[in-house]
Amino acid sequence: MAGKPVLHYFNGRGRMEGIRWLLAAAGVEFEEKFIEAPADMEKLIKDGSLMFQQVPMVEIDGMKLVQTRAILNYIATKYDLYGKDAKERALIDMYTEGIVDLTEMISQLVICPPDQREAKITLVKDKTKNRYLSAFEKVLKSHGQDYLVGNRLTRVDIHLLEVLLYVEELDSSLLDPFPLLKALKSRISSLPNVKKFLQPGSQRKPPLDAKQIEEARKIFKF
Amino acid sequence: MAGKPVLYYFNGRGRMECIRWLLAAAGVEFEEKFVESPEDLEKLIKDGSLMFQQIPMVEIDGMRLVQTRAILNYIATKYNLYGKDAKERALIDMYTEGILDLTEMMLQVVISLPDQREAKISLIKEKTKNRYLPAYEKVLKSHGQDYLVGNRLTRVDIHLLEVLLYVEELDSSLLAPFPLLKALKSRISSLPNVKKFLQPGSQRKPPITAKQIEEARKIFKF
Repeated sequence: MAGKPVLHYFNGRGRMEGIRWLLAAAGVEFEEKFIEAPADMEKLIKDGSLMFQQVPMVEIDGMKLVQTRAILNYIATKYDLYGKDAKERALIDMYTEGIVDLTEMISQLVICPPDQREAKITLVKDKTKNRYLSAFEKVLKSHGQDYLVGNRLTRVDIHLLEVLLYVEELDSSLLDPFPLLKALKSRISSLPNVKKFLQPGSQRKPPLDAKQIEEARKIFKF
Repeated sequence: MAGKPVLYYFNGRGRMECIRWLLAAAGVEFEEKFVESPEDLEKLIKDGSLMFQQIPMVEIDGMRLVQTRAILNYIATKYNLYGKDAKERALIDMYTEGILDLTEMMLQVVISLPDQREAKISLIKEKTKNRYLPAYEKVLKSHGQDYLVGNRLTRVDIHLLEVLLYVEELDSSLLAPFPLLKALKSRISSLPNVKKFLQPGSQRKPPITAKQIEEARKIFKF
C-alpha cells in the first residue's frame, strides 16, 4: 500500500529541498521523478496531479500533495517531528516561518540583476545577522537545551541546519558571533541520518548558478 | 491568566485580516492595538515583543506569536477547526496555501507602484479564473459536501469565504461560472459568527485607501 514517497520536481534545490532534508532526517527513503522538459510538466498537469498546476508535488500515503508547507507539515506529523502539543507546534511554526523567509531571501540573491547584487547582498547579510541568526541564538540561550523546541529533535532543528549551511555558503563569517548556533549546527550534522544526507552521493542537491536558473526559467516559464 | 487574544497590527487588512476572520468565526472575542506610527513599531521591537521585528503579532495564551501561519495554525488547533487527523490537515493545508498564494498576489497589488498595477490585476484575474476557483469548485464537486474538508466546518472554509469576497470586490463576474463556490459562500456567510462579522461595526477591515498605503509605507518602510 504505502510505498516510498515520490517527489516530483526539478533536479535542483528550489522549493523541494526542505522536504528532502526532512524526509532524510526522518530516515525515510524516497524516490524522485525529475521534471526535465516542459512536456514533463504538461503531463503532470494534464493528468490532474497538480492541484494548482505547480510543483513541488509529493505522492505519499495515497495523496498527491502540493504546497511546500502542506507537505512538510504532513511529513513532520507522520514522523513525530512536530512537537508534543499545540504550544510546541506554535513555536515550531513561528521559528520555521522565519527560516523560510530567510531561505527565500538568500535564494533570491542568485537571480538578482548584477547591478543590484552588491546592495542586495549587503542587505541580506545584515538581515541574516541582525534579524534571524540573533533571534535563533537567543532562543537557544534562553533554555540552554540542545534543540530549539521541547528538548528533543523536531523539524525546526533540521530546517535551521539547512539554512545555516546556506548562510555559510553565502559567507561563513556570518556565523562567527553565534556560538550556540554553531554548536547546534555541529550536533545536528552528526545525527546519523543527517550525516548520511550530508555525504556525497545522497539526494541532497547542490546550488544552482544564475545561468542554470535562467535556463530553467525559460523552459518552465516562471 | 487567559484573557482575550490581543492583535498588534496596522489598522487595515494586510496580513492580519485572515487571523481576525478565523477568531471571529470561532466566536472568540479579541482586542486590537493598532500600530499607527513608526514609533509604535519601534516600541514593540524595543520591548522584545517581535521575534523577527515584524507584525502581525498576537498575544495569546501567554505567548507572543508572530508569523501569520503560526498564529493561524495555533488558533485553528485550539478551536478545533483544523480537521480530525493528519490527512485532513494535509488537505486543509494544501487548500489554505493556495488561498494564501492568491491573497498574497492581491496584497502585492496594493503595495505595488501605480504603473505596475494594471498588469498585476490582469494576472490575478487570470489566475483566479483559471487556477484557483476551478480547483476549489472541483473539490466541492468531487464530494458534494457542504464544506471543503471532512464534511464539517474547518478553517479552510473561512479562508475561502474571505478570499471569495476579495475576488468579488475585484470583479464580481469572476464567480459566475462557479455555482458550488457561490453556494458555499452563501452558506458560510450565514453561519451566526460569520454573519455577525460581516455586519458593519465588527472588527472586519475595509479595503485599504491610498492614504493608508502611504502611512503603512512609512511605518513598514516598503
